[in-house]
Amino acid sequence: MAEDVPIALELAKKQREIGVAEFFARNRHLLGFDNKRKALMTTIKEAVDNSLDACEEGNILPEIGVELIDMGGDRFRVIIEDNGPGIVKKQIPHIFARLLYGSKFFKLSQSRGQQGIGISASVLYSQLTTGKPAKITSRISGKHDAHYYELKIDSQKNKPHIIKEEILEWKKDHGTKVELELEGSYQGGSQSIDQYLKQTAITNPHVTIIYTNPKAEQFIFARATDKLPHKPVEIKPHPYGVELGVLISMLKISESRTLQSFLMNEFSRVGSGTAKDICENAALLPATKPRNINREMAEKLLEGINKTKIIAPPTNCISPIGEELLEKGLRKEINAEFYCAATRPPAVYRGNPFVVEAGIAYGGEQDPEGSVKALRYANRVPLLFQQGACAITKSTINTAWRNYGLSQSKGALPIGPATIVISINSVWVPFTSESKEAIAHYPEIIKELKLALQECGRKLSIFIHKKKRIQMEGAKRSYIETYIPHVAEALKDLVGYNKTDEEKVKTILEQILEHKRGGKLEKIEINNPDYDEELANMGKKEEPNEDNKEKIKEGKEKSKKSAKKPEQQTKLK
Amino acid sequence: MKNKVLDGIKEKATNVYKKILKKKAPELDLPLRSLSNVKYNEKDGYFEILGKKKERTLTVGTIKTFAQTLRMMGLSKQLIEQDDIASKREAYYISKNWKEAMFKQQPDSDAVMDDVEAMLMVNREQLGFIPEEKGGEIAGQLVVIDRDPETKKDLRIDCTKFGSGAYSIPISVEHLKFETKAKFILAIETAGMFQRLVKHKYWKKANCILVSMGGVPTRACRRFIRRLADARKLPVYVFTDGDPYGYFNIYRTLKVGSGNAAHINEYFCVPQAKFLGVTPQDIEDYKLPTHPLKDVDIKRAKDAIKNDPFVQHHRQWQKAIKKQVGMKVRAEQQALAKWGLNYVIDKYLPNKLKDSKTWLP
Repeated sequence: MAEDVPIALELAKKQREIGVAEFFARNRHLLGFDNKRKALMTTIKEAVDNSLDACEEGNILPEIGVELIDMGGDRFRVIIEDNGPGIVKKQIPHIFARLLYGSKFFKLSQSRGQQGIGISASVLYSQLTTGKPAKITSRISGKHDAHYYELKIDSQKNKPHIIKEEILEWKKDHGTKVELELEGSYQGGSQSIDQYLKQTAITNPHVTIIYTNPKAEQFIFARATDKLPHKPVEIKPHPYGVELGVLISMLKISESRTLQSFLMNEFSRVGSGTAKDICENAALLPATKPRNINREMAEKLLEGINKTKIIAPPTNCISPIGEELLEKGLRKEINAEFYCAATRPPAVYRGNPFVVEAGIAYGGEQDPEGSVKALRYANRVPLLFQQGACAITKSTINTAWRNYGLSQSKGALPIGPATIVISINSVWVPFTSESKEAIAHYPEIIKELKLALQECGRKLSIFIHKKKRIQMEGAKRSYIETYIPHVAEALKDLVGYNKTDEEKVKTILEQILEHKRGGKLEKIEINNPDYDEELANMGKKEEPNEDNKEKIKEGKEKSKKSAKKPEQQTKLK
Repeated sequence: MKNKVLDGIKEKATNVYKKILKKKAPELDLPLRSLSNVKYNEKDGYFEILGKKKERTLTVGTIKTFAQTLRMMGLSKQLIEQDDIASKREAYYISKNWKEAMFKQQPDSDAVMDDVEAMLMVNREQLGFIPEEKGGEIAGQLVVIDRDPETKKDLRIDCTKFGSGAYSIPISVEHLKFETKAKFILAIETAGMFQRLVKHKYWKKANCILVSMGGVPTRACRRFIRRLADARKLPVYVFTDGDPYGYFNIYRTLKVGSGNAAHINEYFCVPQAKFLGVTPQDIEDYKLPTHPLKDVDIKRAKDAIKNDPFVQHHRQWQKAIKKQVGMKVRAEQQALAKWGLNYVIDKYLPNKLKDSKTWLP
């Protein structure tokens, strides 16, 4: 032990800033890169989400190409190409090779991406696993050049490192193409890329996706409508959602001269009256300069905000899928006897408006013995992982499905031949982690989720009861039909009529009894012209998912075999 | 007679057939077989059936029984036409050929058989069905004249000559003739008491005919006693345990018939029967050892007061049963053994026979 040197000095030699990129390189699971399979999935998801957001912002009907090439040795080349508005030359390196860089974090409007991490994390992962740079091509119009970049991330500085930069001939007028090579593994099943793309296509009927899987089979999810979803409006934050730290920094950078104008300019739903009320409740002068407000005063201001009654944030910033499309999506995917959907009116958590939607497909070809399938969406993006940690799952479990005709044991998803779709749309979807796999458990959100599920449940129970009634009636009738021949035969012995008369007696008895029981029995059957068998079969192959992988490990041999088996699919064109 | 039954079956079936041809739901009318559908015919001394009917209309609830009823009628028709018989159990097994319409257990087939019987207002033997159970036993001063099944010659059966055994009443008794010099018939509930009286030749001492009913008397037993009593103008005395079961299930059924067989009580009653004992009064008078009344006894007693037209007709019975409910005890025939094994022969029966005031009607 060194004697006179304080240990802190020694320690100080090792202390330095942790690069954001370094941090995420180590904690890749936080971003959804826990394993090879998920890494591939997340990469595609982030790229597609970005493309969709960009297209919608540019009022362009999205047409997205997704190509997966198996390079052997667990390496894949992923190529995502869109027809979006493109990215200006200067920004390309930053967007793709810098973590926490983007536009969506700063504005409150409903979009798929939020944090500005996704695609650059994929670039980082690709670089970590294969050492290869990301290849980006982007063009903003026919009048501009198409720029090609090969980029890496300087993980210590979180800065783009440009390997190559050139101007390219490109057939597209505008759009962006991302090419990454990374370690991954391609599997089918409920958490597969196929499943993700399929679910995306279902809830985004304005999108065309051309998907080429590693077996070089091409699938085209053609758009079903030329109508872009209503464009979500960007809103200012609502006072109820603001936190102290954010409030302080907002006060610092504000250009407003007075506290009152600051409140009116920076927040939604605050007019001069409300602003004055807030100031009064906070015991602050409306004329105070925002820059002069210190921490204590900011705290008082926050108290004042919470004491003041402020109307809920505007909801035109939300663009829900809509009952019709939700139901249509279910119809494409599932051949059921009954469909229903419900969209809740907008609600607010922490000052953020959100809308919950739910839909149910019941009966038909679904397994009556198993748990219901729950499909989760957040801002039209399917959530495939961490089902158990998600508020949607929790709310589904906490809904009393027995009241609606499904069986359910305590603390479990209901049992029955049903698929439930739940979607939450918000300017800021509260995920439990950066990998955006599960929704956080805000009481307001859980309440809305339950209300949406209950609304669907009520519709469902009407159908289930009707079905049970018809089934019971059917059973009674078949019971009657069992004994009619006996009556006819016994009468034949007793009265001594011939075979023709026996048949006649049977026919008349059937008529009498049917008439007495209220005429022809209504038939419950699958009537679903929207069903797309090919689509429905995509990614349906049973695969061990993350949640039950542990259990399956015991039977290693088996699971290995099935994991390597290539997906059974039919070609589209 | 046989043709009449056959005609009845055909008529009912034809009605059903006609109704069907008219596109109306067919129905079978069955007399309601319960105490609520009988009245006590005082003049002739039996439970007379009233007009209450249950309609078995063809509906989802009834179609199986409906089919089974018709099948049972068909079976009966076949038996009569072929001059054959089937026991109740055999009928149940025959139903196993009826596929879905088969009976799951014999009580079901018995009930349908009873329905058919009531519907045609005939006895089951007339339909070709015979019961399984024995008809009861006879010992005493009686010669039964039966027919040899092969030679069809008369067969004289002397009921004094069975030693420690007894003569079994056959299932069908209509053809029997009787010779006797006995003064009365004594019908006894339990085989045990019957054995005691036979062993000590009580029938000789008292110059009577002993009948062992073995619980609720079968139809054959009731008909046998009735024909014998009618033919030889003999009084009939009944000796049962001192409890509501003995009074109403055994004695009342023997004397006036039952609700279940309401349609045939006219032939199967023994109006001349008198109740000798054990009466509630006897329990006191003879200081008999007792058991507490069971819940079912009390229910049966209250039921009798409330619903039994026979009890309602006889104040004496009402008094007796109320007395017993008050005493809360019952006594068995064998309880008399407390005073010595032959007390019943030496004291009880002679005393009771002498004093008609101790009887119940």
